[in-house]
Amino acid sequence: MEWDWNFVWEIMPTLIEGLKITLLATVFGAALAAVIGLAFAILRMTAPRPIAKTTSFVVEFIRGTPLLVQLYFIFYVLPDIGIRLPALLAGVIGLGLHYGTYAAEVYRAGIENVPRGQWEAAKATNLTTRQTWIHVVLPQAIPPMIPALANYLIAMFKETPLLSAITVLELMNQAKSVANSSYRYIEPMTLVGVFFLIMSLISVVFLRFLEDRFSPLEQR
Amino acid sequence: MTDWSGYIGLILQGALVTMELTVMGSALAVVMAFVAGLGRVSRSMAIRALATTYIEFFRGTSIFVQLFWVYFVLPFAGVTLSPLQAGVLALGLNVGAYGAEVVRGAVKAIGREQREACIALNLTRAQAMRHIILPQALPLMLPTFGNNAIELLKGTAVVSLISLTDMTFQAQVVRAQTGSTLIPFATILVLYFLMALAISHGMRWLERRVTRGLDGMRT
Repeated sequence: MEWDWNFVWEIMPTLIEGLKITLLATVFGAALAAVIGLAFAILRMTAPRPIAKTTSFVVEFIRGTPLLVQLYFIFYVLPDIGIRLPALLAGVIGLGLHYGTYAAEVYRAGIENVPRGQWEAAKATNLTTRQTWIHVVLPQAIPPMIPALANYLIAMFKETPLLSAITVLELMNQAKSVANSSYRYIEPMTLVGVFFLIMSLISVVFLRFLEDRFSPLEQR
Repeated sequence: MTDWSGYIGLILQGALVTMELTVMGSALAVVMAFVAGLGRVSRSMAIRALATTYIEFFRGTSIFVQLFWVYFVLPFAGVTLSPLQAGVLALGLNVGAYGAEVVRGAVKAIGREQREACIALNLTRAQAMRHIILPQALPLMLPTFGNNAIELLKGTAVVSLISLTDMTFQAQVVRAQTGSTLIPFATILVLYFLMALAISHGMRWLERRVTRGLDGMRT
């Protein structure tokens, strides 16, 4: 079978439709992951020992199992206990939960990298816990985290095709349905690959910029 | 009342396929990681460019897209692969690309003085790599390789979408036949987790094994 440019232009609008959903899932998934990751990180560092232990186990468990199976779990098992979620929402929750565990590690490393002296100085100057976090610890902890978080954002973007398995009509699923109805696989599948490749090549350049911008002073 | 023993048997059969895929995929991934990783530090510009292209290409798209491409598009180019072959190929090439960066990083991390000592001793580049650099770089690679192997294990779930009867596929079969969702999916989640634990323990053992005799050589 030959590559057919006319067919490419014909299916382009459908694929763009799918790309929108892909981007939507990425953005909301990332926002959720950022929040869940912070919750996990704080629970692991400050909660009483049993809760911290349990959180660690949950994080390990989520990291050790495939995202696809987690998506199936959210999409197929939860309705049995009365929680019926639209496919896209289930997908966003799955992405957010999975990448939240990765983000938690980044947060933890970032916060632990703030020197002890900073905490002690904050205590010595009589700052409250809240003030210590907001004015002393987080401003120093967050910038070094940004490249690592962006890295996971790109990883999450690349994993969004998995949502097609739970019937979300994102890029991959649109391509599959086009392919199945026209019996042409080369163009849709290749275009999906090309879309992702272009997006991730652009984001690699962006990542390099972030790394330069936010790396610690002494490494610059 | 459903007879679960038969269904559990089905899932365990799937578990075997998942393990098979993980082992074969990892084998291919290790080979690709060393070929492309050492290609990245080659003296020849062409080999470096080739290795970089391979790495960027396979890191730029997800395993899912690659798998579908291998399975649906390659047949039109005259290459027809069984689902298992397509799965091993896609997983191995994908994780190999991530591994290649690990190999490169570890080789680069070995100090200049080691290379200079090799030149002083008149070793060829191949000898230096084989006897001096790699034995020291290997322990640096192993922890990340362990993580990559777990990523590969998690990637195997995707092959169920090209109708390979792995654990996830069998869980879907059980779901379709019994209408029960919690038991099949909870079972395979636990099984995946146990496999991931086995990999991380295995890698830790391997790490102790290869660092034997290197004590005190690295700071």
